[in-house]
Amino acid sequence: MIITATTIAIVIAMAIALVRAYLGPTTYDRILAVNLFGTITVLFISMFGFMTGRPDFLDIALVYALINFIATIAVLKFFEYGDLSPGRTPEQERDI
Amino acid sequence: MNILAELLAYACLVSGAFFVIVGAIGVIRMPEFYTRLHAASVTETLGSILVIAGLVLLAGFSLVSVKLLMVLLFILFTSCTAVHALAKAAIHGGLMPETDDDD
Repeated sequence: MIITATTIAIVIAMAIALVRAYLGPTTYDRILAVNLFGTITVLFISMFGFMTGRPDFLDIALVYALINFIATIAVLKFFEYGDLSPGRTPEQERDI
Repeated sequence: MNILAELLAYACLVSGAFFVIVGAIGVIRMPEFYTRLHAASVTETLGSILVIAGLVLLAGFSLVSVKLLMVLLFILFTSCTAVHALAKAAIHGGLMPETDDDD
């Protein structure tokens, strides 16, 4: 019973994070809200695994935590440098 | 002994859920981007520690709790790094934090 109550609380927190993603004036607010949503989803998956009595959900939670981090860093890199691979100038690209 | 562990687990779970909700509300109510960063990391650190600690207490001494501790370890490492990178990208992008001598 307590586990379902906690899961419902986590779902409410996910909804609140989405509200910030919708309202967020700057793009960085939206990135923050998506990052927070990802972390809370990891908690939700592990809680849901416990609720339905299936411990193999934790692998999904671990993979989701990995992907969430990499996605946030990739989006940030894109926003900060305007490009995901800023290293090569046009001359270098012609050398291949 | 089992009842005590279960009670402690339920206490950890409830307080963990409480801090997750407090962090999420903090992200909504905070006036400015950098204060929201702080509120978000409240959820990611304290909320996840308590929730996963509660689950570990429920799972007892088994492979499941090892996986749970791996998830917790990874959340703690990555969420702080991601929020730090986010703050750096925001400052680099020109979003200056409001200081009190702005007005």
